[in-house]
Amino acid sequence: MALDAAAIHTALRARFGEIIGDVAGTGTNASASVPPDRIHEVCAFAKTDPALGFDCLSNLSGVDYPKKSAIQVVYHLFSYKHRHHFVLKVDAVRDDPVVQTVSDLWSTADWNEREVFDLLGVRFSGHADLRRILMPEDWPGHPLRKDFVEPEEYHGIPTSRESLLKA
Amino acid sequence: MSLINSAPEMALTTKVDDLLNWTRKSSIWYMMFGLACCAIEMMQAGCPRGDLERFGMAPRASPRVSDVIIVSGTLTLKMALRTKVLYDQMPEPRYAVSMGSCANCGGLFQLAYSVCDGVDRVIPVDVYVPGCPPRPEALIEGLNKLQEKIQQEKWIVRKTEPVGVRA
Repeated sequence: MALDAAAIHTALRARFGEIIGDVAGTGTNASASVPPDRIHEVCAFAKTDPALGFDCLSNLSGVDYPKKSAIQVVYHLFSYKHRHHFVLKVDAVRDDPVVQTVSDLWSTADWNEREVFDLLGVRFSGHADLRRILMPEDWPGHPLRKDFVEPEEYHGIPTSRESLLKA
Repeated sequence: MSLINSAPEMALTTKVDDLLNWTRKSSIWYMMFGLACCAIEMMQAGCPRGDLERFGMAPRASPRVSDVIIVSGTLTLKMALRTKVLYDQMPEPRYAVSMGSCANCGGLFQLAYSVCDGVDRVIPVDVYVPGCPPRPEALIEGLNKLQEKIQQEKWIVRKTEPVGVRA
């Protein structure tokens, strides 16, 4: 049976108590926050609990929030069995972001976590193969961070070009 | 019908350079090097409507037997290093065609952190084909320009190095 966001939130709260934050957003965007060192057990429960049955991780992405000094990892969960959604959000410390991996629960998280590591620098503890996936191995920094500065050149290739649209 | 005895014995006069260049320009083999959407147009140019084979142009799967590299699509910095390697593997005399806005100058993506602003940052380019993407006709015209360039080169008596040969 499809549960609404409030019912899913109640089920998570009943199991984990106050570590699950309040519901924010509505519909398929309804979300709750989870601490970075508890996300694995919350996800394991969400996947295996028969009433929740989140058998699909639709998406795993990351957002940089320099003002609150956090990098947020966002988990979009979906249940094919019950046809309901929920979103979990984890705020990691921006200076040294470490989040538990969920790649052992949903194997799609393997590459998604590598992407978040590549572009935002979040380290996923327990990930079996945490390498860059898009950028070259020797790329400096993590380009989706707001304070990323593009290097002047890469292996002797200049990275900027003079505009042809000068007045 | 047989050609034997169909014409009196005849002789053609030409210059050695012209004959060599005529044979070379009539069998330009291009390397299969599709990077993005421009590659679709390049395939069209090779298909029956464009029919590059009428100019003796055939796609080759190895740089070792290719005469020209058609850089068709967005060149990322990661791919730029590979492009240089592939170009270096081609036997001289070799040519490069830059196809489309992205390969010409980075195009729509030139401000992106991961995109090389034009393939001429990495390898010397003989013909630029503008367009986003260029139609197959535009690519064919570009390759015809390359044929004209090849026909002009001097091999027996040369005052300067031919354009296709580089140290």
